[in-house]
Amino acid sequence: MARTLLAIYPHSARRYDEMLTGDGNVRAHWRQFFIHLDSVAPEEMHQRLEFVDRRILENGVTYNVYADPNGADRPWALDPVPLIIPPDEWAEVSAAVAQRAALLNAMLADLYGEQRLLAEGLLPPALVYGQHGYLWPCQGIKPPGGTWLHHYAVDLARSPNGRWWVIADRTQAPSGAGYALENRLIVSRVFPEMFRDLNVQHLADFFRDQQDGLSSLAPTEGDETPHIVLLTPGPYNETYFEHAYLARYLGYPLVEGQDLTVRGDSVFLKTLRGLKRVHVILRRQDDDYCDPLELRGDSALGVPGLLNVVRAGRVVVANALGSGLLTSGALMGFLPGVCERLLGERLAMPSVATWWCGEKPALDYVKKHFDELVIKPAYPTQRMDPVFGFELEGDARAEMLRRIEARPHAYVAQEMVNLSQAPTWSRSHERRLIARPVGLRAYAVANADGGYSVMPGGLTRVAQGATARIISMQRGGASKDTWVLTDGPVSQFTLLKPSVGVRDLVRSGSNLSSRVVENLFWLGRYSERFDDSARLLRVALARVVDAGGEKTPAVASILELAERLGVLPSPEEDNEVVEGGEHALLEAIYDPNQPGSLAGSIRSLMWSATHVRERLSLDHWHSLNSLQREQQAAQKKHPTLTEAIAFLDRVLLVSSSLNGFAMDNMTRDDGWRFLIIGRRLERLSFLAQTIASFLRMPSTRAAGCLDWLLELADSIITYRSRYSRSPELLPVIDLLVFDDSNPHGVMFQADLLGRYLERMARELGADHDGQLSAATENLRSFNLEQLEHLQFSQCRHCAPCDELADRLEALNAAAGALSEWLAMRYFTHVGDVSRQTMAV
Amino acid sequence: MQPVRYHVLHETRYDYGGAISLSHQQLHLSPRFLPWQLVHEQRIDIEPSPTWRRDGVDAFGNPVSWIAFHAPHDSLRIRSAMNISVLPHPADDALLAASLPWEIVRDRLAYDATAPEPGDLEAVRYLFESPHVRVKHELADFAADCFPPETPVLVGARNLMAKIFDEFEFDPEATTVSTPVLEVLVNKRGVCQDFAHLMIASLRALGLAARYVSGYLLTRPPPGRPRLIGADASHAWVSVYAPGSGEWVDFDPTNNLLPDTEHITLAIGRDFSDISPLRGIILGGGGAEPEVAVTVVPLDEEEIPAGLLDEPEAGEAEA
Repeated sequence: MARTLLAIYPHSARRYDEMLTGDGNVRAHWRQFFIHLDSVAPEEMHQRLEFVDRRILENGVTYNVYADPNGADRPWALDPVPLIIPPDEWAEVSAAVAQRAALLNAMLADLYGEQRLLAEGLLPPALVYGQHGYLWPCQGIKPPGGTWLHHYAVDLARSPNGRWWVIADRTQAPSGAGYALENRLIVSRVFPEMFRDLNVQHLADFFRDQQDGLSSLAPTEGDETPHIVLLTPGPYNETYFEHAYLARYLGYPLVEGQDLTVRGDSVFLKTLRGLKRVHVILRRQDDDYCDPLELRGDSALGVPGLLNVVRAGRVVVANALGSGLLTSGALMGFLPGVCERLLGERLAMPSVATWWCGEKPALDYVKKHFDELVIKPAYPTQRMDPVFGFELEGDARAEMLRRIEARPHAYVAQEMVNLSQAPTWSRSHERRLIARPVGLRAYAVANADGGYSVMPGGLTRVAQGATARIISMQRGGASKDTWVLTDGPVSQFTLLKPSVGVRDLVRSGSNLSSRVVENLFWLGRYSERFDDSARLLRVALARVVDAGGEKTPAVASILELAERLGVLPSPEEDNEVVEGGEHALLEAIYDPNQPGSLAGSIRSLMWSATHVRERLSLDHWHSLNSLQREQQAAQKKHPTLTEAIAFLDRVLLVSSSLNGFAMDNMTRDDGWRFLIIGRRLERLSFLAQTIASFLRMPSTRAAGCLDWLLELADSIITYRSRYSRSPELLPVIDLLVFDDSNPHGVMFQADLLGRYLERMARELGADHDGQLSAATENLRSFNLEQLEHLQFSQCRHCAPCDELADRLEALNAAAGALSEWLAMRYFTHVGDVSRQTMAV
Repeated sequence: MQPVRYHVLHETRYDYGGAISLSHQQLHLSPRFLPWQLVHEQRIDIEPSPTWRRDGVDAFGNPVSWIAFHAPHDSLRIRSAMNISVLPHPADDALLAASLPWEIVRDRLAYDATAPEPGDLEAVRYLFESPHVRVKHELADFAADCFPPETPVLVGARNLMAKIFDEFEFDPEATTVSTPVLEVLVNKRGVCQDFAHLMIASLRALGLAARYVSGYLLTRPPPGRPRLIGADASHAWVSVYAPGSGEWVDFDPTNNLLPDTEHITLAIGRDFSDISPLRGIILGGGGAEPEVAVTVVPLDEEEIPAGLLDEPEAGEAEA
């Protein structure tokens, strides 16, 4: 038995330790877990850590860091050791958080209504009118149910005496509940026995309460089912992962501002099947960006006219527009009085001692006790990092004091908090527990009974260093799961299988937004495009390697084809192609900035996948993620030809697994149909262009060229099984063009596309002009006997070859026209960006 | 004293140079109720007809209308016409001199944890930063010499108005609707909107409450020349809070005068952004530069120019 983990776990006199009592004993509610942790063998623990890292990477759990110049996603950092909180302690915390949510809601009701708090002097007007977060156009609006605050987060910290204090309120669009859920799904599998034996409260009830709360307020008519959407600013937001994750978990469509449109008194989601009224918008977008007509006009993110729908009571926006106001830390000092006035109760949990410099006595105090305080902006819209008084010296100190004196109302000072510390598993030692400062972000949602439900748990945030005073996910902090223990039974409810009434049955995704459909269409096209270019490059590279650098006629021919298809740059642009083509081929694989390159296709594929992330299964996402990692890793070193071929092999493997997921795992709704249409259309175009070029290029008459053509169309096995002889033109053309049972044949794609178009005409009521079916029939009517006695190795620009090439090119043109028609008919409004106009 | 009657025509025209598929517009074009203003008649004609319309009152007490167009259109014309009387309400030297010292007003408006006077509570709406009015110490410095200790607040405001008028040049080319106040302060050029924002920002920097007023100003054609339709523009000036001395008193820093019967008030807000006459969001189209024509005619003094009272017709705005 190794020595106990306690032997080197650091104690602190200045901080409260979550696990240890003052005299160094393990606290009762930690004992069982600690004994377990102490008993896990190092190699076993190592495996569990690897499991954590793998799940995070595979699930694509990321946090976008604004500060990163590459705009890269950073994997979410999760420590496997949870923060454990005993039942009696949680009861107090939970009641206090619910009270605070109710209080803040009552404040919003007052500040956007009667404003008694201002009239009676309980709040300084500077903290209301002086904030950009006070949205004047929302003054006087009363939302359904009197609920302004639908979801709320509060940052808590524990002081050295063990009491919990409020550090910050989040009332705008609080983030982190989705990460807490994801942390739970991972950590409960790292310690499954402990999770079961300790009676840890589950989280699903909390999310159900949120769903019920939102549904109960939805302004529906008759027996309409509430249509609730989750509004995201888009994939570049720091917590986009969470938006997609929660949307999928809650079963709400994930939409961007441009997916919604206001017509008359209602707001609608633009879907493939027309406009569908939206009753509730759960927003993760800041409120001032939500309606460019009346709020900030300089952004295209919002929904013009939304405020008038809110005024008409025809949509619930959660949180209500204007609720970001209460995020200001300067309000904290006033909350005890406001609580007595509005709720008639004592404020249950104190806020960290806060002085708003806008009051003369407070300003005097701050100047006198500058070294003991941390200075923060009074208004959340101000950009300023917290400043620690004792760290400022000389000119910097004088400058800060001058700035505070000039605009005292813009600053608050808070007492410095010594955060509590919790045991964290060290990543740099084989087996060690280290102590890190932690804070808890707790969550509350408005439930259907008019009260607030508090999540039994939350997001525990871990500071980066042992002495850190600030916890920031932006600055590289980590997180923990939070285990709230219960004496009672644990609810076994799960949202993964909600009970559904007959009226709620959904058979197809009829509410798909046009944007999602467009992105699925492009996902289909790009996934086929990258498969095609990978195949082409592999065929070419393999032949270059086989020829030992010598430029054989077959090599020359396939390089010429790659140029014609735009996978390689044309020789005038890059002379190196002529010299054997190795360098150009490698660039066409790895350089994402070269037009037509494989890396470029992968990037486009990831882009469209990112935009429909909530529609993809986890497995789907795993495949895509591993693909991108592989490409990025390969791009950094200078791969040899053999390595490049091996990479292409793996790319094709991933591609086929992706395709398998699409065929096997996705429901056959409109979105799936557009994905497949995109895929078939791209393949049709690739094959038609390839075969037409093949027929037209004199260089393909060399030996071995029909072989690579079969390989390009992934049909070499089929050919060999049918004809046990080397390839000849007639049977190859029959297999690749006319055989409608070959899934890699031209006719197969054209027939399938025709069938999908018919079905769309039937279901979506839009008739295609028939250009594609005309071109298909024109190709089908080609007389194959013309090729029967053709000496292919001898012919140059002969009539039959040219005629067939003509018909293939006509079909390709029809496919291009079809793509544009689909865009016009189903996606047009997506490309339009709204603009502000102003006249005096 | 006799009221002065006016006919005002405010015409806005957009030629989008392409089809607009969806458009939402917010109108602050109807005059606000004021004790010294009587609206006899007012109508707004919109071409094409909006698909949807809602009328209301904004948080500052101004009439507001929202309209939406769902059908494709390539131009928009909004013609607001009104008959209105303005009663004399001059602010004389005695009134200015009798106002409270500015420090007293400043301290009344500052928070001291007691219930404020109702008038003061209304005034603090106009005490802080707003989108076009950043409150910076440079502005307090700029206004400082207009407000020696114990200067009556309205006398200080008149000093500040005169200072802006003397030091700044009227120059329509120098600024746009979004030029920041600090830039105007440095370049010393701008139009009525800039001077109003500058004066408001300076007053707020001292801890005083000031409002932005939009409206129209009677201009006089050169002697012997007829009044031209559309020769005027919409105007902006400032209103300063002076408890006990008329509550809110107007100042026009562009013309260095105290508005009386030649200023017609449309709306009042914290700054231009609250009460832009016409603000919209459009989808599609090419250009979006409006043509705006304003005509103010005193009905009792002169003949109404031909064509002014006609029904709108296509192409008339080019006259």
